[in-house]
Amino acid sequence: MKTAAQIEMPPWISIAILSMIALAYEILLMRLFSIIQWHHFAYMIISLALLGYGASGTFVAIFQRRLLSHYSIVYLLNIVFFSLSMLLCFLFSQKIAFNAEEIIWNPYQLFRLLAIYILLACPFFFVANAIGLTFLRFRQSIPRVYGADLLGAGLGSLLIIGLLFWLHPVDALKVLSGLALLVLVLAGWEIYRRRSVKFYRLLPLIILIVVSVFNLPESWLVLEVSSYKPLAQVLNISGSKITHQRHSPLGLISVVENEQIPFRYAPGLSLNSNHTIPQQRALFVDAGGMIAVSRDTEAPANFSYLDDMPWALPYHLGHMEQVLVLGSGGGSEIQQALYHDVDYIHAVELNKDIVRLLKNELKTFSGSIYEKNNVAVYFDDARGFVAADKNNYDLIQLALLDSFGASSAGLYALSENYGYTIEALQQYLSRLKSDGYLAISRWVKLPPQDALKLFATAIDALKTSGSLHPEQQLMLIRSMQVSTLLIKNTAFTEWEIKKLKTFCEQRSFDVAYYPAMPENMANRYNRLAEPYFYDGAMALLGDEREHFMQGYKFNLQPATDDKPFFNHFFKWQVFEEIISLTGKGGVPLIEWGYLILIVTLVQALLASIVIILLPLVVQRHKSKIEQGNRKLIFNSFGYFILLGLAFLFIEIAFIQKFMLFLYHPVYAVAVVLAAFLVFAGMGSLWSKRYVESGGHLAGVARAVLAIVMLGVMYMLFLSSIFSWLMGLPMELKILLSVLLIAPIAFSMGMPFPLGLARLGELNQRLVPWVWGVNGCASVLSAVLSTLLAIQFGFVTVMLIALGLYGLSLISARLWLN
Amino acid sequence: MNKHRLKSSMLFIVAINGLTMAAPLNADIDYSAARTALIQQIEGDVRDTRAFIGKRSFDVRVMQAMAKVPRHEFVPLRYRDSAYENQPLPIGHGQTISQPYIVALMTDLMMLKPGDRALEVGTGSGYQAAIMAELGVDVYSIEIIEALGQRAARVLEEQGYSNIKTRIGDGYYGWQEHAPFDVIVVTAAADHVPPPLLRQLKPGGRMVIPVGSRFMVQQLVLVEKDKHGKVTTRQILPVRFVPLTGKHN
Repeated sequence: MKTAAQIEMPPWISIAILSMIALAYEILLMRLFSIIQWHHFAYMIISLALLGYGASGTFVAIFQRRLLSHYSIVYLLNIVFFSLSMLLCFLFSQKIAFNAEEIIWNPYQLFRLLAIYILLACPFFFVANAIGLTFLRFRQSIPRVYGADLLGAGLGSLLIIGLLFWLHPVDALKVLSGLALLVLVLAGWEIYRRRSVKFYRLLPLIILIVVSVFNLPESWLVLEVSSYKPLAQVLNISGSKITHQRHSPLGLISVVENEQIPFRYAPGLSLNSNHTIPQQRALFVDAGGMIAVSRDTEAPANFSYLDDMPWALPYHLGHMEQVLVLGSGGGSEIQQALYHDVDYIHAVELNKDIVRLLKNELKTFSGSIYEKNNVAVYFDDARGFVAADKNNYDLIQLALLDSFGASSAGLYALSENYGYTIEALQQYLSRLKSDGYLAISRWVKLPPQDALKLFATAIDALKTSGSLHPEQQLMLIRSMQVSTLLIKNTAFTEWEIKKLKTFCEQRSFDVAYYPAMPENMANRYNRLAEPYFYDGAMALLGDEREHFMQGYKFNLQPATDDKPFFNHFFKWQVFEEIISLTGKGGVPLIEWGYLILIVTLVQALLASIVIILLPLVVQRHKSKIEQGNRKLIFNSFGYFILLGLAFLFIEIAFIQKFMLFLYHPVYAVAVVLAAFLVFAGMGSLWSKRYVESGGHLAGVARAVLAIVMLGVMYMLFLSSIFSWLMGLPMELKILLSVLLIAPIAFSMGMPFPLGLARLGELNQRLVPWVWGVNGCASVLSAVLSTLLAIQFGFVTVMLIALGLYGLSLISARLWLN
Repeated sequence: MNKHRLKSSMLFIVAINGLTMAAPLNADIDYSAARTALIQQIEGDVRDTRAFIGKRSFDVRVMQAMAKVPRHEFVPLRYRDSAYENQPLPIGHGQTISQPYIVALMTDLMMLKPGDRALEVGTGSGYQAAIMAELGVDVYSIEIIEALGQRAARVLEEQGYSNIKTRIGDGYYGWQEHAPFDVIVVTAAADHVPPPLLRQLKPGGRMVIPVGSRFMVQQLVLVEKDKHGKVTTRQILPVRFVPLTGKHN
């Protein structure tokens, strides 16, 4: 075998494909862990696993001489390890009996979590070795290698979305692993094609391994769902069995039936209900959050139990001709509307698989609910549908979308939700007939959170729309479990209030607010220590609103399109109080999603420090760092940290912004991610001309100037552009999104390779190290940007990112020339 | 062995076992000291949460029962060392044995009298049933997961509780042949109060039920049926329980 020095071209095709597979694998791991664990832990695990990139930088920095002298074989071996570890490390990691919830009382669970981190970091470590070493080996071609890396990653996000529409996540894992092995052949050809080594002779062996991967025993590849997740628990009951499964990037849906012990899902059911709940099938999305589908027996009283739910209230205030159900899911709101003889029902559901299940496998069971003559179904996001819709409705129902558990545990605290912002409510209200109702139901939590925040949001939405008396246009009721808020564009009448009282009295639902409500009407049936809901509603309507919000233990500030975190209720000032209640029932008050983000940030920060400092310690030990180099290290590290932070800040802010344009979360993430990476890759390829002419700094300066100018323009005009183009068909919107992202992404692709190429000229040994440093900064950035967005909004995140780019230019001036 | 030593032993064992959980200690350990310490801890917690529960201490008889029932017999062997920590523990099948403070709170809320007839939905480990039986109550307990129900029945029999009847089945419908009940306790979370259980509750009776779903905040709810059959509820404390499996996930 010949030496690495004889290779002339970087293996850029295999680099691109490896990068594509690595990004696809990262997203796939998120999916897999969302199924077997809880999605916020998935986020934490993957963020940390990405530090595999950082660790690789350290590894290559320390052992670069030895690794470089065997570049070809090390490159190929890392591909082999990458391929095998993708599959094996996931399989081993799910053998570790980690239970996230138990961390509270069993600190030993942390060891298991650590073991999972280490296992999952392996594939990223190997692939980063291959790429990082190539940077080092071909430092004169860094823009080209980096360009290939980014182009590949961009395609990776599209690849995995495509695969997940088509394959079960486990099969997608096999495909990625097999694909990586095939890349080995390609890489072998790239490296050895000018030499006498007949690498293709290994092809039969590789094909044999790929075939074996696809024929692994089924039992090895079964997803081992945490025994604490709802699906696993239901399957413990005798008679429970999964009858169907469907999968898409939006989730894995499992249908469970149990003829022996039937499901009876009726959250919020009146204490006085005498109606029987019909037979049900349970749908679990990602083994969590249950959705019930009730059997339609065609008997008139079959769905009468739905009249005993709080959100049946509007049907008792008048006859509804046109009803819009947002988030129709298992169809219970449609059944409720049909039960109340609604003339026409428009149902909007984002997850096509749920509707497909009800149209096919559960067609007879559900009474073809989505195929009735007076039911129209649209596959869209609630907000996206309403933005383009021209109809007017008697009633718009926002169904109880999230599961209680996930909602109350604060698992959605990090998820932006544009369905409950002030702007969203305004949009819904604009689609109502003059005397129509907007009904929004939420789980009741104690102390009250969702219900009061929504009440405050409704007040703001009404005021912004020009209402002078929002207090006349609201009603709030609650059962033990569920609250329903009713909003009108006009004042509620005496007759409506009378009907409300009768409705609640018959069902033992408590009235929390209606216009001119006396206090003694509150807190009668489901008694709380104080009439918290009534008191809260009154305070929010009164002059002391700001004072009340400030003193309240949870964040009740209405969400806006700039800070669309409706489910974020956590306030730092109550953290200590909650912790002091641990072991006394206080633990449930912790907002998990948010705290885990903080923990992830701290862990990532610590790991980054170790990864960044380790080579320094080792090399100092070997006395290899001269005084001049220290200055270079300091300046160049600053530069690459700034770039790592800024790139992801902008990328994440754009994903959020485009979610409001494309609405569909999967499309938004896939389109924005792919466009960013592909065009940044092109920018990197373009930057080669600056490297060749020695104009590194000029290239960086032009790129940063373009980024800042474009960024400011987008901040000023993007919202107007979006509202102008909102009505266009999705295909066109995707195309326009790509065109909008292209120029800024192109510019963002230049500073990193220019810096890296210059560093290669100044001190080659530092190249893998800053590659790792940049990886660490990216992980920190992903977490930090979410925290900043929750606290200050996306405009601020964008501003900070532009500031960071400005600083990177200053930093570049210190060492790039 | 006192609690401190128990903890130290556990640390040592975990250290030598690496990532595995603590192995059981010697079977003939005397747990009474740990149990006494636990009772003191619960008493402290009651004082700390008096604002929620409206009292400074639980019924003496409840605390006596807590001090008597050997919780370590109801937890899996590998968790015995932790049996007297004030925390929930896994008992398999995705279920847990509740935190002792919560068991005491629920039992206190039931205001049990000797001779009362109580229905328990969700036998689980059998620990809650044992506490009620110690108070002289006739307990009827239903468990939906066969393996759990059988294990609990065996432990309760070994511990000599003759006033507890168990069966495997669907707790949603209660236990009609032994109805009505003075007290009903549901030890797993449900998403609504099952109407059949309300019907099997005597006028003047009390039901304690954690309402909500899995994974975190649930309200411990006291359902009271007055002499005229009118039902009201009172929310006591957010607690976490395993769900009423088989019913509503």
